[in-house]
Amino acid sequence: MSGSPARGRVSALLLVAPLFLFLAAFFVWPLAMMIAVSVTDGTVRQVMPETASAIRSWDGSGLPPAQVQEALIADLRAPSEQMAFGDAVRRLNSEVSGFRTLLGRTASAVRDAPPGQPVDLAGIDPRWGEGRYWQALQRAMPNYTDRNLLAAVDLKRDTDGSIAADVSANRVIMVRTFTIAALVTVLCALIGLPYAMIAAASTGWVRNVMLLAVLLPLWTSLLVRTASWVILLQNEGLINKALLAVGIVDQPLQLIFNRTGVIIAMTHVLLPFMVLPIYSVLLGIPRNLMPAASSLGASRLRAFWHVLLPMALPGVASGALLVFMVALGYYITPALVGGAEDQMISSVIAFFATGTANWGMAGALGLILLVTTTALYFVYGRLSRSPNMVGA
Amino acid sequence: MKVTSTLLRIGGAGLALGLMVAGGTASARDLTVVSWGGNYQDAQKKIYFEPFSKKIGKPVLDESWDGGIGVIAAKVKAGVPNWDVVQVETEELELGCADGFYEKIDWAALGGKDKFLSAAVSDCGVGAIVWSTMLSYDADRLKTPPTSWADFWDTTKFPGKRGFRRGPKYSLEFALMADGVKPEEVYKVLGTPEGVDRAFKKLDELKPNIVWWEAGAQPLSLLASGEVVMSTAYNGRLAGINKTEGKNFQGVWPGSIYAIDSWVILKDSPNAKEAMNFIAFASEPANQSKLPEYIAYGLPNKEAAAMVPAALQKDLPTTEANLTGAIALDGAFWVDNVEELTKRFNAWLAK
Repeated sequence: MSGSPARGRVSALLLVAPLFLFLAAFFVWPLAMMIAVSVTDGTVRQVMPETASAIRSWDGSGLPPAQVQEALIADLRAPSEQMAFGDAVRRLNSEVSGFRTLLGRTASAVRDAPPGQPVDLAGIDPRWGEGRYWQALQRAMPNYTDRNLLAAVDLKRDTDGSIAADVSANRVIMVRTFTIAALVTVLCALIGLPYAMIAAASTGWVRNVMLLAVLLPLWTSLLVRTASWVILLQNEGLINKALLAVGIVDQPLQLIFNRTGVIIAMTHVLLPFMVLPIYSVLLGIPRNLMPAASSLGASRLRAFWHVLLPMALPGVASGALLVFMVALGYYITPALVGGAEDQMISSVIAFFATGTANWGMAGALGLILLVTTTALYFVYGRLSRSPNMVGA
Repeated sequence: MKVTSTLLRIGGAGLALGLMVAGGTASARDLTVVSWGGNYQDAQKKIYFEPFSKKIGKPVLDESWDGGIGVIAAKVKAGVPNWDVVQVETEELELGCADGFYEKIDWAALGGKDKFLSAAVSDCGVGAIVWSTMLSYDADRLKTPPTSWADFWDTTKFPGKRGFRRGPKYSLEFALMADGVKPEEVYKVLGTPEGVDRAFKKLDELKPNIVWWEAGAQPLSLLASGEVVMSTAYNGRLAGINKTEGKNFQGVWPGSIYAIDSWVILKDSPNAKEAMNFIAFASEPANQSKLPEYIAYGLPNKEAAAMVPAALQKDLPTTEANLTGAIALDGAFWVDNVEELTKRFNAWLAK
């Protein structure tokens, strides 16, 4: 008897081990990597070790002393791994545009110069006579940096190390992302709750058709659904043609390439994530509760408000959470049916991740998004546990 | 302990099986060629992939992608890439070549560098096509044809919205041309901070009338539905839709910007030798000259270009008449500035 609980525990652990391994490999590890990549910064130091030690003592004003320039020449002369050098160049160029051609030209000039001869960097490229390139080099040397995290919220370090505003729109886009996600969530709840109630109350083929109408879009590609909204919503599209024909409007309404289009398309695409949780909760509510309430003298509205709605709220809550979380990551739909002022943060992250291979910036933006979402989740957890919200 | 050992055994067998499958696919992978998809890739399949596969007696796999040096970087840094030959844009060629993401090209196998346009020759890539981004409009809807970027900006003479690719690339160049900068001086002006300010200021004027697009098929549907009266668009797509759907979409060659897409071989590709043979096959005049029948792209191999029938020549960016007033995309400029200008462009959009 004494051995069996222990053995049970071992086998239980082994049964959940695949889950833990999966989570560790596909969730925890990438998350840790994302955080790490957004704050580490060793690439320049790795290919320019001599410059790194020589430039440390420079006070950052004017041009660095001659030995720093000599160290840089020595580093460029030393053979380095091409890919590592490329990483360093990409890092420097993302801070000061033009570093790529500057270093490329300098490196080949330095390697072609006869060894032992002094090399005049400013003679190779006049940009070496500007302090900002040297300052960027100095700033790139430490192993850790807050540069990406600052840039993700539109800030940068000035030459004297103080934090200053940067020309960038990440904060605006981040706020916009949360606004759109929240609006879509509210709309999904407003449409999804009555829809789920009718579906749950009906029987037979009506229920089947209603559920199919929700599920069918889930089985269709997101691109197809978005493209069909373009056909419906455009100026000469079905909706505008119908409105014009009936005479409700005498000019086509601008329904697409603006926020309206994004909200309509995203609400439709995400509606199943709201309807299904509410529907499953509603099915669990005994059907005789509403008649019971009216037999005790409650009006239909009152019975809904005090009996059905409070019991359906957990479904609405989990639906809202699902819709909100999924909506945060959208970028294909806003790109196709939205205007310039409707692009969400994922498109910026995609630009850095695939467009410029600046994984530090992509990681930093992802981290900011994650932290904000987690904070919101805790607020939500508090609210949904509070007694007035569940109506009990 | 019986349960434990059974589970361990199952796990071990699963792991071994997984490794076997993974290892098996890696060593036996066929040559994989990656291009831009759509009807362009369909044409490539017909004139390059399928005949080459027949020639070597082995399958040739093809995939499509949407570009981005980040994708290439991720593949190459993973060790053994699962792609061999990729068609890349100018910036990806320059960036990847500088950073060591590509194998070196064996130009002797291609018959020497002087057989190609000089802009199509690089240490790491061989030009595959020449394509243009240009001002386009539906000639059935617009009776007075626009002729310049100044017309594109003129909303009194041509009322209606304009389609523009979302991003600083091309937008800034066209804005400067609309502001009176000569095409051949665009990159000189854009190289100065004042030039960039000037371009953004010019874009300000048009901003309320711009519909931004991202995928190459979008400007065509925008023009077709009358959502915009003019748009920037890719020349190959324009000629294509005129042929397949009987449209009358026209492009304006003066002020257009052409660019070269190149074939590259990813670093440490297990099929590097076969990949080089494929590029040589796709660059042979007899094979390459078939492309304009399917899609209106210019050919970097001079002999191939000369073999294209005159009727097809008029739609190609490489035809002499179409090159007048057109400029080449400055890859080096964008490689240096794309991050900073995109940041600024996004801030400008959000304003």
